[in-house]
Amino acid sequence: MSDGLTGAEVVMRALKDQGVEHIFGYPGGAVLPIYDAIFQQNAIQHVLVRHEQGAVHAAEGYARSTGKVGTVLVTSGPGATNAVTGLTDAMMDSIPIVCITGQVPTHLIGNDAFQECDTVGITRPCTKHNYLVRDPDDLARVLHEAYYVASNGRPGPVVVDIPKDVQFALAKYTGPSNVAHKTYKPRLKPDQASVRQAVDIIANAKQPILYTGGGVINSGPGASKLLREFAKMTGYPVTSTLMGLGAFPASDGQFLGMLGMHGTYEANLAMYNCDVMVCIGARFDDRITGNTELFSPNSTKIHIDIDASSINKNIQVDIPIIGDVAHVLEDMIRVWKARQPEIDAKALKSWWGQVDGWRGRKCLNYEPRKDIIMPQYAIQRLYELTKDKDTYITTEVGQHQMWAAQYFGFEDPNRWMTSGGLGTMGYGLPAALGVQVAHPDSLVIDIAGEASVQMTMQEMSSAMQYRLPIKIFILNNEYMGMVRQWQELLHGRRYSESYSAALPDFVKMADAFGCTGIRCSDPDKLDDAILEMINTDGPVLFDCLVAKDANCFPMIPSGKGHHEMILGDEPTNLDEAISEEGKVLV
Amino acid sequence: MLKKVDPMETHTLSVLVDNEPGVLARVVGLFSGRGYNIESLTVTETEQASHVSRITLVTTGTPQVIDQISAQLDRLVPVHSVVDLTVSGNGVERELALIKVAGKGDHRVESLRLAEAFRAQIVDATTESFVFELTGRTNKIDQFITLMGPLGLVEVSRTGIAAIARGPAGMVL
Repeated sequence: MSDGLTGAEVVMRALKDQGVEHIFGYPGGAVLPIYDAIFQQNAIQHVLVRHEQGAVHAAEGYARSTGKVGTVLVTSGPGATNAVTGLTDAMMDSIPIVCITGQVPTHLIGNDAFQECDTVGITRPCTKHNYLVRDPDDLARVLHEAYYVASNGRPGPVVVDIPKDVQFALAKYTGPSNVAHKTYKPRLKPDQASVRQAVDIIANAKQPILYTGGGVINSGPGASKLLREFAKMTGYPVTSTLMGLGAFPASDGQFLGMLGMHGTYEANLAMYNCDVMVCIGARFDDRITGNTELFSPNSTKIHIDIDASSINKNIQVDIPIIGDVAHVLEDMIRVWKARQPEIDAKALKSWWGQVDGWRGRKCLNYEPRKDIIMPQYAIQRLYELTKDKDTYITTEVGQHQMWAAQYFGFEDPNRWMTSGGLGTMGYGLPAALGVQVAHPDSLVIDIAGEASVQMTMQEMSSAMQYRLPIKIFILNNEYMGMVRQWQELLHGRRYSESYSAALPDFVKMADAFGCTGIRCSDPDKLDDAILEMINTDGPVLFDCLVAKDANCFPMIPSGKGHHEMILGDEPTNLDEAISEEGKVLV
Repeated sequence: MLKKVDPMETHTLSVLVDNEPGVLARVVGLFSGRGYNIESLTVTETEQASHVSRITLVTTGTPQVIDQISAQLDRLVPVHSVVDLTVSGNGVERELALIKVAGKGDHRVESLRLAEAFRAQIVDATTESFVFELTGRTNKIDQFITLMGPLGLVEVSRTGIAAIARGPAGMVL
């Protein structure tokens, strides 16, 4: 039975019915029928990237800034393998992506045909789920299922591999409403007894902390609102992982900044010394915990997560609550309101006194310089000059990323796109592309490093093609800065291969792409240069020459606990800061 | 870094999965990718009409790792449900083995006597060899194979463990 549609037309119809407006992709032999179907319709816009990795990152940026599923279309073989980094990135950061890959015709599968690879085999460990569609009549169902799986429960990437003959064949179409998943039914509502128990413990806390993560963002804007409400009700301090920035406003007095390896002194010491920790949509990742043996030794731990496998994976918790963050917070707030618990105000006041004492240490202070732009200063100025605008920030990976997380204040969710779990250099530029597609009139800035940005620089060409006015703000210190920093700390200052030799002239490069290039090396001229970037109509490559030897502090050295941070302005023997055991850790 | 060492335990897990292509690769990949152990793995479609297969897995790890394994299996999209039969404590486990023994004289007589004692069936015989079929718990089969060692053991083929919970209730889809 068919509705007179080819497989390729079914793909387009299913995407349209799923509310897809943009596809990021790159054509090739095994997806030509789908590209032909794209050509013959106007409902969905295709954005042509320059490398398939960029397509997935762009879709990630799109997804993270909108809350919608990002859609990718690539060809078989190298198209699929090039997408693997992006898929793994989306897997690690729980970003909903549907990636359609072309495949050689079914009769050639397994024959080592031209541009054949075992796409479902290769992508199995780096996707939430994947499908090879052999029967054209399964196509519509599988595509609807793919969107369901990508966006429900803990989000993630889903690959749908479609052989070329299936794209040509006549295929049955069924709409999205007919899909009920047989096995995948993630739990959203929490166990109420656990919620009540958690509220009891939270209400009786004397030194509490709310430790929030990307799960709050993924749960939707409603979850961020509920988090703010809950924080206000309790008056407790809030810290956030890299992934969760923006869920709670950075400018709020209750916010202690980011925690973890490059987190603030106050956030990490509050984590170490707390008596009750409420982990909301975070996963106790090694960048957060440091040495797990030394992690928050005296606290009762409550862990809210939609993914049961996150519970007790790295840190044993006392009260696990499995459910969607928004649902759980809603229930906790309801129980709290019904009980009107009496908080130990005196204990809380003294706790805040302690926290403010740590805050007074001003761990993010750095030595300002007149002659050269400090990278921290560059981020601070970028923040001050863009904070009243409708701004979205993406980053690459490394020192600049951590400085952005430390010095750029995020007030709202979905405004901050960074590769947290996988740590993918080259993420920021294509992600900015995707964000700008979703928000054409907003200011989208990729805070970049000169090394990372060269990994996906070719996507500037896509920015030009679609007139996407992304601003690439490169903190250029001529080093793979974080590699250099670790070599300074761990490897006797032997800077093996971490110098960015033979750097291109980014201003001339901008010229070659046909966009604007700006260079600045003078702290006094930085504001004007940033304003020029903001006020430029099209894409900008901003080459911000910064101090070459700046290190990113505070830092919890590998193998150490939260209470053993290295601070930037403290004389520390860096050679001895990391133990032999710590050196083997990443 | 010194880590507190929890005792290792052996657990038997029953996993109901949708019998879609690649589901076994998904399960096996999960174990290899995350560094878990598989001691025994059996899988066959058990409900043809609803395309459901049952995987029986025996794994070792600390209690925390075993919990992780259950949770990781449970979040695979085609998995219906996971039950740890060792935790629920009421599983029945059986394994089938085919054991080839070749020999003459006393050895041959002795292997036959032991086979009777273990209630093994003879499924093939020549003048100089037997193939025994033995069903039972893993340690019974291990013991039988050990006894056959000096009596001319040639080769062994084992199915791996099939397990099911006692009582009237079944696993829910």
